[in-house]
This record gives sequence, C-alpha cells and structure tokens, in this order.
Amino acid sequence: MTGNVFRNIFRFYLDGFKSMTYGKTLWIIILIKLFIIFAVLKLFFFPDFLKKNFSSDNERSDYVIDQLAKP
Amino acid sequence: MDGIDISLINWSRGQFALTAIYHWLFVPLTLGLSFIIAFIETIYVRTGNEEWKRITKFWMTLFGINFAIGVATGIILEFEFGTNWSNYSWFVGDIFGAPLAIEGIMAFFLESTFIAVMFFGWNKVSKKFHLLSTWLVAVGASLSGLWILVANAWMQYPVGMQFNPETARNEMLNFLDVFLSPVALNKFIHTITSGFVLGSIFVIGISSWFLLKKREIFLANRSIIIASVFGITSSIVLILSGDSSTRQIAEIQPMKLAALEGLHEGKTGTGLILFGVLNKSEEYSKEDKSWEYKFKIEIPKLLSYMAYGSSDAFVPGVNDLIKGNPKNRIISAQEKIERGRYARKVLAGMKKAKENGNIQQYEELKTKFYDNDFKENYFKYFGYGFLNDTNSLVPNVPMTFYSFHVMVMLGFYFFVFFIIMLVSLYRGKIDRRGWLLRLAVITIPLAYIASQAGWIVSEMGRQPWVVQDLLPTVAATSHIDASTVQVTFWIFAVLFTALLIAEIRIMFKQIKTGPKPGGK
Repeated sequence: MTGNVFRNIFRFYLDGFKSMTYGKTLWIIILIKLFIIFAVLKLFFFPDFLKKNFSSDNERSDYVIDQLAKP
Repeated sequence: MDGIDISLINWSRGQFALTAIYHWLFVPLTLGLSFIIAFIETIYVRTGNEEWKRITKFWMTLFGINFAIGVATGIILEFEFGTNWSNYSWFVGDIFGAPLAIEGIMAFFLESTFIAVMFFGWNKVSKKFHLLSTWLVAVGASLSGLWILVANAWMQYPVGMQFNPETARNEMLNFLDVFLSPVALNKFIHTITSGFVLGSIFVIGISSWFLLKKREIFLANRSIIIASVFGITSSIVLILSGDSSTRQIAEIQPMKLAALEGLHEGKTGTGLILFGVLNKSEEYSKEDKSWEYKFKIEIPKLLSYMAYGSSDAFVPGVNDLIKGNPKNRIISAQEKIERGRYARKVLAGMKKAKENGNIQQYEELKTKFYDNDFKENYFKYFGYGFLNDTNSLVPNVPMTFYSFHVMVMLGFYFFVFFIIMLVSLYRGKIDRRGWLLRLAVITIPLAYIASQAGWIVSEMGRQPWVVQDLLPTVAATSHIDASTVQVTFWIFAVLFTALLIAEIRIMFKQIKTGPKPGGK
C-alpha cells in the first residue's frame, strides 16, 4: 500500500519531467546554479565566521561581547 | 569605533545590495503572477472553457521560467549573514533565525509539492485539486515572503525581545509582538501588494504586445481585464499601506522621514513635496551636510497631516534630529551617543568583572540590562555608542529622496494606468490605441524600477542602522579580509547577470512563441 503511494508519486514526478520541453533548459540552469551556490560559493567562499573560528557558543558570545564592548 | 575597515563595510554592503536587488527582480513577479494565474484557472474550472485553460497554461509557463531562474537566489543572502555580518547574526539571535527557518520549511514543502502538481498535474489530478494547488502556490508564495518581511521589520522596529548581556544576543520574549508588530504587518501588505501591481503590469504589458502584433486577441483582452482589476485593487491597498508607513516612519524612524522628504530644518505645517530637485546648500560641508530645494512642487501642510494627523504638527528635519530640539522634546544626537556609550561601558564593565572573577560586580551590572529605566534611557540608544560623528546618523539624502519620489510617482501612475487600460478595453477602443499598447509594454520596466526604489528607500533610508538604534552597520560586520568580499561580489555580479540574461532570453522566446493549442 505504502509502496504504491511512493511509486505513484515517483511516476508522477518522472512523467512530469519527461514531458517537459522548455523546462529541460530551466532544469539545467537550476542545477548549474545550485551547484555554484552550494558546492562552490558555500563551501569555499562563505564559511560561517563564528562557527569556523570558535568551537563553542560561550567562545562566540565572548568574542561578540568583546566586539560590542571595546572602545 | 576604532580600527574599522571602511572598505570591508562598503564592499559587504555593496554585495548585500547587489544580491538583494537581483533576488528582488524575480520575487515580485512570482507573487503577482501566481495570483493572476489562480484567478484565470478559477474561471476555467467554473466555465469549463478550454480557452481559459490555454490562457492559464501560457501564464503558468512564464511563471515557471521566472520561478526556476529566481529560485534559491535568496539563500545567498543567508550565506552573507554568517560570513560578512557575523556580529549582526549573533546579536539578532533567534529573532531572525525563527522566521527564516519557518520560511525555509514552508518554501520547501510548497515548492516541492504544490508547484509540482501545478505543472505536472494537468489531467492527472482532478480539476479542483489542481486549482487548489495553484491557489496554495499563490498564497504560499506570499506567506513565504511574510517571514522574511517580519524579520526585516524587526530590524527597522526591534520589539518583543530582551538583550541578554551574558551572551550578547537578543532573545525573543513574545513571538506575537514580533510577528504582529504594526511595522511587520504594514511592511508585509505594502511589499506583497507591490508584487501584485508588478505582476499585473507584466500581464498587461505582454498582452498589449500581443494586441500590437494582432495575435492572441482573446487571451490578451481577457488577461488585461483580470490584471487591470487586480492591479487597481492592489494599487489602492498599496497606496493606503504607504500612507500608514508615513505615520510609522515618523514615529520610529524620523531621520528616514526627514531624508526622504529632503527636510533639513523642521517646521510646523510641513508640506508634502510631490517632486523636487535637491541642491547642496551654501553651508554644505563635511560637518553640515545640508540640502535645499532648487525646485519643488509642494502640497502645503500635507506631510504634517500624513505623519501626525494634524496639519499644524511639527515635523523634525535632519538638523533638529542632530542638534536636538528641546521645544519639541527631541534630544540631540550627541546626547544619544553619550547614553549609548554608557550602555556599552556597562557591557564592558561586565566583561572586565568576569575576567577579574568579581562575581558581585558582574551580577550588579548584568541586572541593569533588565532594569526598565536603563533599557528606556540607555540601552535604547546602545547603537549610538559606536558612533563618533553625529553626521554619520544622516542617510544618503539625495538617494533616499529621489528613490522615494520615483516610487510614489510611479505608484500613482500605475493606478491611473490600470484604470485607463480597463476603460479603454471596456469601450472597445484598446486595439485602436497603439500609443497606449506601446505605453503598456514600456511600463513593465517601470514597475521593476518602482519596486527596487521601494527597497532602496527602506534600506538606504535607515542607515546607519542594521538594527534601528541598537546596532549600526559599522559594528555588524565580521573581521574578514575585504578582498574576499570583493571576489564574491564579482562572482555574484557575473552569476546573477547570467541568470538575468537567461531569464530575459527564455522569457522573450516563450512570449514570441505564444500559447500553443492546449498549452505546453
């Protein structure tokens, strides 16, 4: 029963993608864009500054307090 | 604040502006077009006329192109928060995180389910279920925007939170205070309806192109009727919510109001500038950035009435807000800076007490941040404590002034434009008015200009603040190398420009092809 539901959903998406014409170009654009955004930009250019440089929330708090309080 | 890399701040701001502007090229069309499609499909389901199905599918195709190119462009803004704006991200705490998380979950479920039904579900699900999916996409897209706008409104009007000095984070006290803040509600209505207006103009513009080419007459005429009615209704709400914004800005961001009206000296019975040309005054200097009108068209006393409900009310100018105006109970910027510095000093004292192991002093100072008198008189001005120059409190006046007036003039033009289109169609004269059809096509880019100008007013006008009065831009950035921001700035510029070119090319191609029998 559950298997049928999932199979039907899968077929629904598969048939939908297969029947697309202009959509194929769009999907290529979407996939390239997502690759650039997540696999290139996020990985190599956009690390979370506080997560990268500090290992705990206490350290992060101390750092930001220092930033906010320093003259 | 010493040791600030201004180049880093400028590049970080520039990058955020670039990504936000590009992102906002795609969003308003999604918001507006989704509802127009839902209206048209509703007519199809009610009448069973296949022509309406064809019209639905045509606009749905253009919606799909815009959606596909624009999807995920907003996620980059969230990357930038963590990398370029880490002090800000930490300071705003869960207040910003919660709405964004809800938005992310909502967008995921909507986009992966109902949009799929909308595009793939023709003849596979019932007509009514398909229609329901289309409506859910339309409503969901607007609700998705709601959470982002709640977060943005909190930055303009921070409420419903308590600053925790032990963690340097703002903690949400009451979700409803944040969610139902009058600024959030008004911002949501104003922004969403601006998308509806843009979507309506888009549909009318393309329909007019078909009429000019003497093609798809049925589609064009019917689409113009629906989009004009939707545009008129949305314009009325847009104008009313804009009017409400004036009162809110007067109360919570008086400097923004002064900047967007180019008002240097405050006065009673202030008129509303319909349009004007600003010029640097003779006294203009680095210390006194005063502007005056070279030319202006003004409606007497209207700004006083719009902002404070009385035509004789005093509207403070830039100078009053900088130098103070005791008669009108406006404290000077220097006084606010002193109070902000004191609040920061208390935070610094806590830090020192902790380092020295002086628990008693630490607890005493911590208590201050929960004391109402301290919150109202000192912490309220926390952000001012980072500023050395009172002039840094003045946003870019010409940019704010012109953006505001372009937005307002175009907003009223769109309202009249919708009426003219509807009346011309009703009288059966529209296909004989080539100038009107050409004007409709030209109006499409004007809608984008107005929409972007609105965000420039909102975001440039509130400078120097990232969080109003609490955190200035200079204190919000991460200590990273400006060159890395420059590199990603140019990557984004190339990426987004490529996406925009792709969108325009595919969209043009699809429009020229027009709807196919039975749709595609």
